[in-house]
Amino acid sequence: MDTNDLIKALAADTRRPGLSMSAAWAGAGIGALVLAGFVFSVLLGPRPDIAAAAETLRFLFKFVVAIALAATAFAAVRAAARPEADLRRLLPYLATAPVMVAASVVLELFVAPSDTWATRLIGTNSLVCLTFIPLIGLAPLALFLLALRHGAPSRPELSGAFAGLAAGGIAATFYAAHCPDDSPLFVATWYTIAVLILTVLGALGGRWAIRW
Amino acid sequence: MSGADDEHLARLLRAAVAGDEKAYADFLRDAALVIRGWARRWTVSGGVDAEDVVQEALLAAHVKRHTWREDAPVIPWLHAIARHKYVDAVRRQARRPTVGIEEFEETLASAETEKVRDWEIGRALDGLAPGQRSVVNAISIEGCTVAETAQRLDMNETAVRVALHRGLAAIARRFGRN
Repeated sequence: MDTNDLIKALAADTRRPGLSMSAAWAGAGIGALVLAGFVFSVLLGPRPDIAAAAETLRFLFKFVVAIALAATAFAAVRAAARPEADLRRLLPYLATAPVMVAASVVLELFVAPSDTWATRLIGTNSLVCLTFIPLIGLAPLALFLLALRHGAPSRPELSGAFAGLAAGGIAATFYAAHCPDDSPLFVATWYTIAVLILTVLGALGGRWAIRW
Repeated sequence: MSGADDEHLARLLRAAVAGDEKAYADFLRDAALVIRGWARRWTVSGGVDAEDVVQEALLAAHVKRHTWREDAPVIPWLHAIARHKYVDAVRRQARRPTVGIEEFEETLASAETEKVRDWEIGRALDGLAPGQRSVVNAISIEGCTVAETAQRLDMNETAVRVALHRGLAAIARRFGRN
């Protein structure tokens, strides 16, 4: 088949092209929130003292960081689905949540007496955190990988890693409502590891599932 | 690769998305020229055939045309797709010697019997289900319209369109990385 023959076949294929990327991402985003919320409420649910906790800065700050991560990573993965996306230009946006975490750690080290640092960092719930953030994030990650697969990312692994970060941000947002550990020292350690687990899964999933 | 070229391609592709078959054929022909320019430069050294890159990039652009945003330039989008398919072709080439010859015996044999030069895509076409293959063959190589193909193969036109669509998608998937 020479190229002109191929063009004849392609031009004759007038069936509607796939779902538009904006529709695909809207579906994946909404689906991710619904599924993550469902898994969270079935497996964990909010902590009993959430009303009192909601009046403390540390508790609220967990949501600020997690939502910032979810929003920036979702924007990044959405952009990465287009073949001509310049992923380096997305990196400054992705630095938002890490910079906020780093700043909060510095503040916490100033505010908290040094003999409480270890207990704040270790917390009471680290294993639950490491288990349930990845668990809540699995369905969002799968949906984001599907949307990427529908697109045409030039860098499948990196795009998959962005998908993992976005799923991690969503999972961390829900999980923060359950977690009794509010110190930035805890968040910077355990939430980060949990989100990185999803990021690695995303990169592997990207390599495995995204082919075009 | 000037702005005027991009505007021209974008106009054709917008018309194509709106359902203009003629504009789409024009778009594909002009896109092939642009891609061929890049592919020839990339393949100056090495065992990859520039025309394989052109064909695989056109097919990928076709099945992924929903990733083009109507307000975005066409040429960077096309370039990224072509580059991706070129890298694919290089990897496939690099893998080839490690695979036993018997896996290719059949395709090699069929390639030899072809009178005209056959590219990778022709081999992928041979791998299709018979129904899809005869439809894709009739419309591409024999140049039939959908209506003529339907009549010749005793199918209705919708079935021809479905077989064409699925056949092209299957060829595109075959070229997906693994």
